Amino acid sequence: MALPAATESKDVILEVSNLSKYYPVNQGFFTRQKSLLHAVDNVSFQVNRGEVLGLVGESGCGKTTTGRLIVRLATPTSGRILIEDTDVAEIKGQDMMEFRQKVQMIFQDPYESLDPRMTIFDIVAEPLNVNGIGTFEEREAQVEEMLSLVGLAPPSAFLFRFPHELSGGQRQRVAIARALVVRPSFVVADEPTSMLDVSIRTGIMKLMAQLREDLGISYLYITHDLAVARYLCDRIAVMYLGKIVELGNSEDIVKRPLHPYTKALISAVPVPDPAIDRPLPNIKGGVSKPIDPKPRCRFYDRCPESADSCAEAENPELRDIGGGHLVACHLL
Amino acid sequence: MNELVPTHETGPASLAEPIWKIRWKLTRRSLRQNWEIFKESRIGMLGIILIIAFGIFGAMWPIMINTVWDPMVYDPVVGFDPMMMHPSPPSGTHLLGTDPIGRDILAQLMHSTGREFLLGVLSALITVVIGTAVGTAAAYYGGLIDTFFMRIADIILLFPFIPLLVVVGAMVKLSFLPFAIIMGVLGGFGGITIILKAQALSVSVRPYIDAARVAGGSNFHIIVSHIIPNVLPLSFLYMMFSVTSAILSEATLSFFGVLNIDMSWGMMIHTADVAGYLFDFARYWWLWAPAGLAITLFCAAFYMVGRGLDEVVNPRLRKR
Ligand SMILES: Nc1ncnc2c1ncn2[C@@H]1O[C@H](COP(=O)(O)OP(=O)(O)OP(=O)(O)O)[C@@H](O)[C@H]1O
Ligand code: SF4
Ligand SMILES: [Mg+2]
Repeated sequence: MALPAATESKDVILEVSNLSKYYPVNQGFFTRQKSLLHAVDNVSFQVNRGEVLGLVGESGCGKTTTGRLIVRLATPTSGRILIEDTDVAEIKGQDMMEFRQKVQMIFQDPYESLDPRMTIFDIVAEPLNVNGIGTFEEREAQVEEMLSLVGLAPPSAFLFRFPHELSGGQRQRVAIARALVVRPSFVVADEPTSMLDVSIRTGIMKLMAQLREDLGISYLYITHDLAVARYLCDRIAVMYLGKIVELGNSEDIVKRPLHPYTKALISAVPVPDPAIDRPLPNIKGGVSKPIDPKPRCRFYDRCPESADSCAEAENPELRDIGGGHLVACHLL
Repeated sequence: MNELVPTHETGPASLAEPIWKIRWKLTRRSLRQNWEIFKESRIGMLGIILIIAFGIFGAMWPIMINTVWDPMVYDPVVGFDPMMMHPSPPSGTHLLGTDPIGRDILAQLMHSTGREFLLGVLSALITVVIGTAVGTAAAYYGGLIDTFFMRIADIILLFPFIPLLVVVGAMVKLSFLPFAIIMGVLGGFGGITIILKAQALSVSVRPYIDAARVAGGSNFHIIVSHIIPNVLPLSFLYMMFSVTSAILSEATLSFFGVLNIDMSWGMMIHTADVAGYLFDFARYWWLWAPAGLAITLFCAAFYMVGRGLDEVVNPRLRKR
């Protein structure tokens, strides 16, 4: 499935540089002291045109926050996001309308991302309506076409039903149709399958892959499941507590993981490939929250390979160790 | 990138019916479904039955005064029956007796019903429109707008308006329409704002609001198409409770005689009171009991409908 990565190509659709988002949090009721939760911490990556980049990591590592920053549902604390060479932070007025048509997002929870009081028709037509695209007949035709494209056929059977009358998988298809009806060139897909039954996940994944072929969309595909990422993505970025710790071609990441955290993740995934030599998982403890983190490696407390020097050293930078494979670890 | 592709192998898409017809059918279906849920609530149904009974009772007034009843005798304000001593207890000619100045109690009761409906519904409508708009704006915009309206709500909630109106009313008597509007406005900026704001707040953080923003919806679009429709059921529920509070305030103020209203249920009790008959309330029961019962039942009816609606609006309260 995975196409050869186009890292050498200069056609970059999304460029994220040094992106950070800190949330102020209250540490207890009586303390006035302000703490910062580093949800996304100095993250840089690129997505090339037509490419699917997977963003993989445990719950709470900042995947959704990264996605929300890209579609401008949240404003960064610092850093820059360029989409097709436009700085997302500076878009205003009329350009905003264009941006909303160019960049779309599919949300994690199809039970919550569709307005319960709207019909499927109104939900899918909404992006066309608010952007004033087409006449009523044209919109209707587009909605029907999109519904068939995402596998809700015949469209007439779905148009005037409400979200609660549909199954989870059907709802997620509606959410996908709605995101794609304006023909975006870039889509942030935030774990579109994580809230669904295992039995219908494959269908949605196949659909996402198919739509990418048919419509030539570039995705940032967020998931906590490496197997899903391997199936869908050209490249994978592994995130841990707000930082990207490893980034490379999907096959490289899955078959030759280098960062201790990625290794642990791989060993936790039932990969149907006996050729892969899997080390035993031995991460200590659970994920904490990156509240006022120490300047050293975020993974230090749980790292099975940590050296004493890691405790003192600064947080390791993401470094290219050859072939577009980037790792952030002092020992590599 | 945005060429709209009107190419359909499936043929030009066309709905079987015009869109407004489909929407109308959907609305009717959802009303029917909600009615099915509402019907399950005994207390709600009792409220509906009471309201219908009051409706019929009120509608009989113009019929009675134009056919059976002689306006000279049965007019609720200027009528007088010269054939007997007043107040007269219930009799064949005056089923609920007469008041101290010779007017028929049943006629007064009937005549007032329509106006109580008008007062209650009008002021509740004003309350709900203001409450929904202000609550939604406060929730969505937050900041100064929010603080400003919340302080107003606090003041209205804490300030003793009824006693104030009793005092002020001694100088300027409010007539029916201004009173309905004042009650509606006070209600709208008062407690209901806080309740509806809380609801709007919980709606405005739902993922479908983010989805609407990513779709390109403006603030106005999001408020009008997503937040208000999801707050409206609760507004409608509180409209029922607002009717109750408007009627009770009217009755209270009429009883103190500070409203410029020639006849109402509260006014009937006021009349009995100023003539001194409430000191012997057991003997002259017909002077206050019918009006008192009407006020109680009328308020209870709307309250009960509200309770029934609660089960439609808050599905978690449903039994099954
Ligand atoms: N609005 C917010 N205010 C404060 N903290 C937030 C906010 N949004 C996210 N966070 C925190 O930021 C961190 C990253 O959250 P995020 O939702 O991006 O994680 P995620 O990787 O998408 O997790 P999941 O897989 O559970 O969806 C979490 O610790 C979360 O608690
Ligand atoms: S830098 Fe040290 S602590 Fe961090 S991942 Fe590498 S070995 Fe582990
Ligand atoms: Mg998430």
